[in-house]
Parts: sequence; structure tokens; C-alpha cells
Amino acid sequence: MAAVDIARDVRAGRRSARDVVEEHLATIAGREAELHAFNLVLADSALAEADEVDRRVAAGEDPGPLAGVPVALKDNLCTRGIPTTCSSRMLEGWRPPYDATVVTRLREAGAVVVGKTNMDEFAMGSSTENSAFGPTRNPHDPSRVPGGSSGGSAAAVAAGFVALALGSDTGGSIRQPASLCGVVGVKPTYGLVSRYGLVAFASSLDQIGPLAGTVADAALALEVIAGHDGADSTSIPQRAPSLSDVLERGVDGLRIGVVRELVEGIDPDVGARLSEAAAALEAAGAKVDEASVPAVTVGLSAYYVLATAEASSNLARYDGVRYGLRVDGDDVTAMYGATRAAGFGAEVKRRIMLGTYALSAGYYDAYYGQAQRVRTLILRDFEAAYESYDLLLAPTAPTTAFALGAKTADPLAMYLSDVCTIPSNMAGHPAISVPYGRGADGLPVGVQLLAPALGEATMFQAAAALERSAS
Amino acid sequence: MPLISRDDVAHVARLARLDVTEEELDRFAEQLAAVLEHAADLATLDTAGVPPTAHPFSLVNVLRDDVVGRSLDRDEVLAMAPVAEDGRFRVPRILGEAP
Repeated sequence: MAAVDIARDVRAGRRSARDVVEEHLATIAGREAELHAFNLVLADSALAEADEVDRRVAAGEDPGPLAGVPVALKDNLCTRGIPTTCSSRMLEGWRPPYDATVVTRLREAGAVVVGKTNMDEFAMGSSTENSAFGPTRNPHDPSRVPGGSSGGSAAAVAAGFVALALGSDTGGSIRQPASLCGVVGVKPTYGLVSRYGLVAFASSLDQIGPLAGTVADAALALEVIAGHDGADSTSIPQRAPSLSDVLERGVDGLRIGVVRELVEGIDPDVGARLSEAAAALEAAGAKVDEASVPAVTVGLSAYYVLATAEASSNLARYDGVRYGLRVDGDDVTAMYGATRAAGFGAEVKRRIMLGTYALSAGYYDAYYGQAQRVRTLILRDFEAAYESYDLLLAPTAPTTAFALGAKTADPLAMYLSDVCTIPSNMAGHPAISVPYGRGADGLPVGVQLLAPALGEATMFQAAAALERSAS
Repeated sequence: MPLISRDDVAHVARLARLDVTEEELDRFAEQLAAVLEHAADLATLDTAGVPPTAHPFSLVNVLRDDVVGRSLDRDEVLAMAPVAEDGRFRVPRILGEAP
């Protein structure tokens, strides 16, 4: 059941939040052992939160726009007193002393937190296989990955465990798993959603966003979590955009460009669904043709230099002193080295190494400096494209969901699954992945709408039109 | 392919305060070289005169009013520390003197 429908019924007193949450907990009980979407299911506290929503409805109060809606949180979002692991041994058992701003806002809107979802360790990965606690499986085919790094959140929505989930997107970690699991995923404009309480990966790229079954549910969730927050110095000082009321506007007269460079090298099935999506938008009144954003062809390389450089700095905090794992050593340097060797998994170590290398003396300008200059070129090329187009259209991922283990031995092959999503993070722009049919393997395909900074309203308007044409 | 020696890997691991095994030295040398080879396409773009972007939007200092606010509860924070003592984080010795 869609979040908008649940909230409408609970607010009107037609259905209790407890009934909604019990039904979702039963769905979880039926399939969680097979899928492993969650690191932690909070059955008792979810029922207590649901009862509080019901008490408020009975008292004539309005619990808010997400009244009684069961939500799942990626396990890199801090929840006070509730374990927040980032799917890492480093943070196993850590209970944060504060809530992330998005968690506070969800609860204030009446949402019920049902659990913390599995992810690639510290959000580094594209398949959720890098979790220290074992992989999540794709609800459409459990032999396949759900994508990543927000794979647990995407699987939880796709399996009907929750109506909504939050993820984080540094290079595609919301949109790529949304595409592979057949759900909607949104990376908002950088700074639209507060990052306070999001465990940092690459701070100039990270952004929190919703995963949902429908575009309308994603719009409602984003309206709740967006808006200025004084606790995040990169938070844009303006109110949350109004999105739910633009969904019926259609695309008549919108100029939409299909990004030529992001279509190259994708699976033929994905390309076919993308062409159908373009044709459907055109049939709905949009003017669709081919656009070019040349610098995105090196976006992947620039991203893996910048993101790992920022990660190597951000993850320096895991030193065994203030929280998390400590492995004893004779002196503090030995303690650092042993703690980090024991606490981090292989992919996290690889990225810390790559980022440290890119920042080290002698290589800084060739890698980090050059990647920052390329980032400027990507921004300029997008700016030029948006002189001719209102929105851009692209695949979300080059393939449908791949088999578990298919890419674990080859880091570069895994990195390539983010090639279509990375440019939006580099530019700080919003993008949404919308399910659009299936591949020959029967698995979901997603297509992506990209917008300029703070172009969420137009993006959701077109995403809703795309969703109508797909069903 | 850029040549990354075991010594290079060991140097970077020391900078990152990350103990690595002999087997990891070999594996990282190979994998980092593969990723850096792919990243060689960065050099194909002419970026002469192009300013670097560190952040998608130009940042300015963000200040708040200088008033006392609530901060995290000390006991709650220290309860999550690996070792705490007398209201502080306890660490192994950091200088060369006897413990």
C-alpha cells in the first residue's frame, strides 16, 4: 500500500497505525531471512511509535503527513540509542548519542521507524555485497544483487517490508539500487536535505534521499525531510519545495534531452526501455531530442579520485579512541593501525588506500587536482546543456540486476555500474530513477531524469508523467 | 599501467594508519594500478586555465549566534568509548616515555 494512502487513512481514523505496522512486520517475518534487507528490525519500538500515532489521532490531533507510515533507515543514519553500524565491524554495537535531522523530521511527520537497512560498508559499493554482515538479495530474484550501496533500503521497499525508506547517494547509491529493485529513488540537490547525522563518506557528494514505490510517495517523503537545517553548514537556506502538487501537470512543452554519452555501452534491453521512455514523454507533449554533456565520459575516473580522497580523510576518525572498535597496541600508532586493519573490510581499505595515494606528495596534482578541474568541466557542460533543455534523460544503470559474486573480484567492473549516476553527484544536481519496464531477463529497468540545481519540481512533474506512461 | 610497487603500497598504508598483510601488499598494488590506469583518461582533457571545483556550490562561512546551547550528554558519549576514565577518553601512550 502506498505511503500517501496509509497516511490518509490513518489521519482520518479509518485505519490504525498499529494495524499498518503489524501488517508490515508480518511481511518482514515472511521473507527477511531470505532477503536480509535489515541489519536491525525494531518491532517493539515500531509498535510503540504506532500506538503513539493512534493515541494522537484518537485525541483529535494530526500526527502529520506521514502518519503511521512504516519507514526503513539506511544504517548510516544516526538513531539515538539505536545501533548504527554502516554495515561495518568498526561500528558494530555503536549507539549514537543523537538522531540525524532526517530521522527527527520523519518522526515529527508521524512516520514509524521499522528498522535499519543493510548497505555496502560505509556506503562503498554497488551491490550491498560489501556488508560485513552478509549481502542483501534482490526480491525479484534472490540469486541477484539488489544494487548498492542502499541495497537494503531498495529491497525493503520492493519486498513490501516498508512503504518508504531513506538511503544516501554519493555516486548513485540510491538510484542504482532503486533501478535494480524496480522502485523509485531520488538524489536531491546537494544541500536540499540536511546531512546532520549521516555518517560521512565523501562530504562534497553525499546526499540523503527517499526510495519509494511511487513517484508521489517519494515526493511526499522529500517534502518532509528537505529544508534548511542550522546543524549542517552546507544546508541551503530555504524551505522544502512543494512537490506533491506538481505531479499532475504533465510534460507538455518541456524540452528533454537524452544524454548521448550515457547511452553508449549500456545493455540493449536498457537502451530499448530508455527509447520507449523518450517516446512516451514525446507522446505526452514534451520535445525530446539528443543532448550532449561531453565531460561525463571521464566522470567515473574523476569521481573515484575525489570520492576516495574525501573518504580517506573522513574515515580517519575511526581511530579506536572515541567510539567503535579498538584493537590494543603498545602505543597509539600501533593501536590505530591494528584497529583500522581489523575494523574495515576489503573495499573500504582499498578506497582509503586509493584516496590516500591520490592526495599524497607527487601525485596530488595529477589525480586530485585534475579531478577537481574535470569536475568544473562537468558543471560547465551541464550548464550548457540546460540552456537548451529543461531536463535530461539517461539510463540509471547500464544493466539489470547482476548475479551475486559476478563483480566482487574486479573492483573496476563494479565501479562501472555507477557510470550513469555519478555525473549528478559531481554537479550537485538532483536526479530521480523511475522504473520503466523489464529486461529480457524479466528484471526491472530504471530510467533517470536529471535536472539542474533545485529543479526538483520540474523533475517530479516529468517523473510522474513517465510513471503514468509505464503503467 | 602505472607501476605501483609493494613499497609504494606500504608507504601509503603507513600514511593511512592501516596495517596491511604481505598478501594485501600484492593485491592492493595490482588493484590500485588497475584503477589508476582507468583514471589516466583524466589527463586526456585539456584543463589549462580551468579552476578546480572542491564543492558543487560556492561556500561561504556560516555563522550562528554566539549563545550557549545544549550539547551532547558527556556520560552518553563516553559510554560508547572503547575505554574511558575520569570523564575522559583513555588512550595508549603517545610519546616515547615509559608507561
